[in-house]
Amino acid sequence: MKNKVFIYALSGVLLLGAFALAAFLYKNSEKERLSFLASSESELFVRDYSPRYGNPEAKVVISEFLDPECESCRAFYPVVKSLMKEFDDKVQLVLRYAPFHGNSELAIRALEAARFQNKYWEALELLFYTQPQWGDHHHPRPELIFEYLSQMGLDMERLKTDMASPKIQEMIDQDKQDLRALKIRGTPTFFVNGQQLQDFSEEGLRSLLRSEIEKAYP
Amino acid sequence: MKRSQFIAFSCWITALVATLGSLFFSEVMQFPPCVLCWYQRIAMYPLVLIFTVGAFRRPEATFAFAAPLAFVGWFTAFYHNLLHYGIIPESASPCLEGVSCSTVFINWMGFVTIPMLSWIAFSILLILLFALKRNLSNEK
Repeated sequence: MKNKVFIYALSGVLLLGAFALAAFLYKNSEKERLSFLASSESELFVRDYSPRYGNPEAKVVISEFLDPECESCRAFYPVVKSLMKEFDDKVQLVLRYAPFHGNSELAIRALEAARFQNKYWEALELLFYTQPQWGDHHHPRPELIFEYLSQMGLDMERLKTDMASPKIQEMIDQDKQDLRALKIRGTPTFFVNGQQLQDFSEEGLRSLLRSEIEKAYP
Repeated sequence: MKRSQFIAFSCWITALVATLGSLFFSEVMQFPPCVLCWYQRIAMYPLVLIFTVGAFRRPEATFAFAAPLAFVGWFTAFYHNLLHYGIIPESASPCLEGVSCSTVFINWMGFVTIPMLSWIAFSILLILLFALKRNLSNEK
């Protein structure tokens, strides 16, 4: 009986140890893969067509993969904005799309069409603000997107035509392809100069930004 | 160790490896488990505990408690494989929201996928369980 307890306990410990070791090795190889991608294929993180905010010359680039229909993206948006203010001209923000919800692509199309009329950031903030109404997961009402946007003084006829633009579709498709390459499965996902944010919090993003700013502006 | 004890131990190892493996896919590699995966997990995870208790307290009762779970898991895995390999079309699948059950996350050597691993694990368990039952009655 004692012998049996020993065999079961030993095998259990060995298997759990193997699990922990494999997890550690996998995480390390993922980190290496990402930093390799950051150095060799930086366009995976930053595409020319993506909306940018802040100083275009800034050496520290936040790539945020977001979904206009995602609640955490909405909740985290003010944090990103205040950090952009805090670090001012050393940091720029590049928005990438991760359409993981039912009406995400519709909202993205509307946002991009608003960008044609130079109202992108106002439209993004408005859609985040009104997200609980149009993007409720139990009763989504995507038609409200247009109602809200029309209050912004946009040319709605033009917006609706622009939404069908093949340029916007290409952009969404490319972003989706990059999502797969980077293995992103949640929103928002942040990269700062290709370094993935591990600790998803205001303090976490601030300290990652600080360390990248120290590297870029010695 | 008696033969039946060795078989019971093999059952336990199989269930534990399958449990840790599935947790590795979801927690470490962060593959989202689909609905059918969850049904198979519901059948697999308790088996680790049933085999542990069975080995030390009630070896003769192990089959009766473990076999129903193993059968449920086996049939779910079988159905999942049919979906995964496109034998049943995706539209007939029960996964309406969230992760599609036919999304292929891993594909080792061209045929080893997660539902396939699950089906293999449940098949091994069923074979071992019947061997256990026979050996226990022979040893009496």
